[in-house]
Amino acid sequence: MGVREALARTWYSQGRALARPMLKLENITKRFGPVVANRRITLEVAPGEVLALLGENGAGKTTLVSILYGLYAPDEGRILLQGKEVRIHSPKEAQRLGIALVPQHPELIEAHTVAENLALGLDLPPVFSRRALVRRLAKLLEGHPLGVDLEAPVARLSAGEKQRVELLRALLNRPKVLILDEPTSVLTPKEAEALFQEIRRLKGLGLSVIFISHKLDEVLAIADRIAVLRAGEKVGEVLRQEADKDLLVRLMVGRSLAPPPKVPPPRAEVVLEVEDLLVPRHGFPVQGVSFALRAGEVLGIAGVAGSGQAELLQALAGLRPFQGRVRFLGEAWPQDPARLFALGVAHIPEERSMGVVEGMSVAENLALRTYRRLAPRGLLDYRIMEKEAEALIGRYGIRTPSPRTPVRFLSGGNVQKVILARELRGGPRLLLAMHPTYGVDVGAAEEVYERILDLVRGGSAVLLVSEDLDEILSLSHRVAALYHGRFVGPISREEADRERLGRMMTEGRV
Amino acid sequence: MEEALLRAVLFGTPLLLAGLGALLSERGGVVNLGVEGMMALSALVAFAVGLQVHPALGVLAGMGVGSLLGLFLGVFAVSLRANQFVAGLALAALGLGASGLLGKRYEGTPLPNPLPEGMLAMLALILALGLHLLLSRTRFGLYLRSVGENPKAADLFGVSVDGVRYLALALGGGMIGLAGAYLSLAYRPSWTDGMTAGLGWVAIALVILAAWQPLRAIFGAYLFGLLFFLQFRLQGSVPIPSEAFAAMPYLLVILVLALSGRARAPKALGQPFDRGR
Amino acid sequence: MRWELDPSPSPRKVLLTYALFLGLALLGLGLLFLLYGVPPLKAYALLLSPLTDTLGLAEVMRRTIPLLLIGAGLALAFRIGFFNIGAEGQLLMGAVGAAYVALFLPPGLWSLPLMFLFGGSLGALWAGLAAWLRARFGVNEILTTLMQNYLVYYLVVYLVAGPWKGQMVFGFLYTDRFPPEAQLPRLGDTLVHWPTLVLGMVAAMGLQVLLFRTPLGFEWRVLGENPEAARYLGLKGGRLILLAALLSGFLAGLAGVGEVAGIHLRLLEPAQISLGYGFTAILAAWLARGRPLGVLLTAPLLGLILAGGDALKLALSMPFRVVDVAAGLLLLGFIGAEALSRRRLVWRR
Repeated sequence: MGVREALARTWYSQGRALARPMLKLENITKRFGPVVANRRITLEVAPGEVLALLGENGAGKTTLVSILYGLYAPDEGRILLQGKEVRIHSPKEAQRLGIALVPQHPELIEAHTVAENLALGLDLPPVFSRRALVRRLAKLLEGHPLGVDLEAPVARLSAGEKQRVELLRALLNRPKVLILDEPTSVLTPKEAEALFQEIRRLKGLGLSVIFISHKLDEVLAIADRIAVLRAGEKVGEVLRQEADKDLLVRLMVGRSLAPPPKVPPPRAEVVLEVEDLLVPRHGFPVQGVSFALRAGEVLGIAGVAGSGQAELLQALAGLRPFQGRVRFLGEAWPQDPARLFALGVAHIPEERSMGVVEGMSVAENLALRTYRRLAPRGLLDYRIMEKEAEALIGRYGIRTPSPRTPVRFLSGGNVQKVILARELRGGPRLLLAMHPTYGVDVGAAEEVYERILDLVRGGSAVLLVSEDLDEILSLSHRVAALYHGRFVGPISREEADRERLGRMMTEGRV
Repeated sequence: MEEALLRAVLFGTPLLLAGLGALLSERGGVVNLGVEGMMALSALVAFAVGLQVHPALGVLAGMGVGSLLGLFLGVFAVSLRANQFVAGLALAALGLGASGLLGKRYEGTPLPNPLPEGMLAMLALILALGLHLLLSRTRFGLYLRSVGENPKAADLFGVSVDGVRYLALALGGGMIGLAGAYLSLAYRPSWTDGMTAGLGWVAIALVILAAWQPLRAIFGAYLFGLLFFLQFRLQGSVPIPSEAFAAMPYLLVILVLALSGRARAPKALGQPFDRGR
Repeated sequence: MRWELDPSPSPRKVLLTYALFLGLALLGLGLLFLLYGVPPLKAYALLLSPLTDTLGLAEVMRRTIPLLLIGAGLALAFRIGFFNIGAEGQLLMGAVGAAYVALFLPPGLWSLPLMFLFGGSLGALWAGLAAWLRARFGVNEILTTLMQNYLVYYLVVYLVAGPWKGQMVFGFLYTDRFPPEAQLPRLGDTLVHWPTLVLGMVAAMGLQVLLFRTPLGFEWRVLGENPEAARYLGLKGGRLILLAALLSGFLAGLAGVGEVAGIHLRLLEPAQISLGYGFTAILAAWLARGRPLGVLLTAPLLGLILAGGDALKLALSMPFRVVDVAAGLLLLGFIGAEALSRRRLVWRR
């Protein structure tokens, strides 16, 4: 079945519409310069209904949410709340109208207590005492299934607890519409189940819920109706009972996904040896990390966000002090990023913004590791730099007007390719990669995988950290997990499946 | 001994007032490096009004000028999202320059009926307490702290980041203006170019020393006041050149900053806030 | 109505915004002239009067020299995020160093080179101290460099009133005149000490090349633009900042040497050595937008304002503070225009 047939089965094409929608978006368009983030999007949601917005990263979901919550003004189109047109020019206005948002990454004030954070969502008197505030909040939250310690500083909460605070805050003002933006990305499967319980309860109370996600299983588990966005447009809308995975994938991606690539077996030579590594950090230290990584092997490390995987990778990349024994090709491990790269250790950092200098050109960014070589007589040779850059731009399919274009003007996927091209060009013996496809569209992600696998086929070792279990399971020879900083595993890919890996992440048991 | 303490308080009062003013906006995330110029210009206006109308009215005029200058800084630091440090420095130069230019005609004229220093010193103490309560017990205080820590979150919560920052700059500007008025109407009831003598810069250092806490600023200001007094007192009585004493406060600022270490500043300090970035 | 980022402003809009803010700055200055009691147009004419004769142009040139040296160094320092506000003090340190060599070492051919070297080094040391305090204790360099200005100020006052006070100057607070070997040559009858001017131009061009054509400059730009990326690459941030601080302090020190060896020919009260060059140079550097070469244009512009301020002082006995006002307003106008041209007002909703 092609996209056209898939579309023919969708809800709107059959001429159905809600009789009395709670919220309706009509022909919303939003441009950023030449980029159209949302094109003529029409959506509606009824009271007591869960509408899922499904789409890949970069499909325009977050822009749409930002418009609904008053962060951006749409260029065209209108928004109707209970049949009346509304102009939402600020988050405050959105709240006044009864629209509440739980953002993707908890936006809380870390230095404040839970009570103070919640208070920001309340109608406060001009003067109040801390005690009165806590009493008032406790009363408001009485009998609510999700409990939190009101006097705890937010900085000490786990990611899941922080999201609970966000949800409670959103509910304090008794909203009519609740928007949840990728709410499960920071949750363990157990926490996610509790969240779904809560959504069902709220639905029963007549709340309209807009649930944003790129995960099919989740959407199928919770939604009543599913709208699919692709490249800024709504490409389809189906009722839950009419939907199946295959249809949704086709709508989301525009084609069927290629089967996962085959990874050749590793060689005998050991590239990286880690023994009893301990990385001090805020909260639980990362500890008990021991493994040996062989040439041509991919070790995937899973974990709920904030379990220590970022710190582990930073330590190995020379950006964070650690204790324990680490040997690379039998030699001692220098704790210096520049020397590590010279030895053949490449690093794709967690944040893309760390891996490039936005104001500098594509050519300069591609030369960030090798610029010294380009100045044999003291002065940088820009001609050679740009020539080398052109070769890499061609080989990695980086879409840029010219090597002199500042990286600022490139899309996220292309920026990631710049980083990849620079890090992989010298044929590193070891690649440390964190979320290599985060925020990249499906096509670019496949290219990224292909490049990494090329490297592996050539005999390099890869340490892959990701929150995407499918990514880990399809690329790795062995998998491990971090649970509250504790290293669990590794076990071989054959012994691992989603359930087992999930248990390793959330219970700390193999 | 008693005299030393009294002088310390009187020396420390303009520092305390200006420091509280800078502290207020910094808690909201806006660095104000214009304090020196704001103080100078409000001292002048306060003096002019005090001389021609009444000193009490002069105080109000000084505070008003301070508030206006705070709002003026806000145009650049808040609305335009310009570099706060550079905007503040420019304001410092502008204020110092404008006061030197316009104040020439008042140079050397004494104020016949100066205000009692003690009263204003009392007021400064009350303001410090008040600011402490404002920050910890009021809605505005909560909003201000939120905006200074995480403007993006505050914005999502529906707090008007720009509005809160403007209000903080206006209120803080008023306190800085009061510091200027104290100098020209009470402390040395007259006007001379450069009479702020670097107090504005010391006030900014005081904020860091006080770790952005109003109550700690009281002790910091009086400590500086005591040092100023000792410098004044020891001059001539010990075989150390007077310039060394004059330079002491500035050396102390550096030492204090180095020793107070990396106190925890409001997280968003100095960063312009842009929605959707 | 909303206030949004404009990703790609048109050149026309940028130009108009700058013109608007320049106009506002001039209007503000005019208002102050009016308040002071001078017809604004007359004051503006006087401010620009140095452009009308050679003597005036020489005045502008003379003021340009320190601005050029300091500005080029500050353009570099600002670019990498070291807010050196203490050029005034570093300049004075340079003057002290020059005076020491001139007054206390045997004069000779080596006098002038040694003065530049020693004066520059003292300036570098003074700026380096702030960089060290920042790296070691996390002290904000804006405050340290500012406080350091006061420290040198009193040091110079102490020197000229005390140990270094001239033998034959009686009531005045300055040292003896430098020996001829320690005096810089000037262009004709003017005060343009051309060797320092050449140094300034070389510095601006040299720093431009250093910043945009060498591996060191490459690292500086990475660090200035994205400190996180610098960390990721393993660049030594502290060392890079210290180096830039030393360079900018060195150049400010050279400027101080030029002032005492080229113009005053002795060490005297600090307020007379520098007419706020340190602050005006901040403006020159900021206007040059982090490009040392740009200072070749912005330094003369501000030199004109300083010379014009002098003209106002002479003709109308206006306080020299007028220069601070002009500089402050221009700086505000510039950062205002820079910021405004990058955003737009969306009127819909």
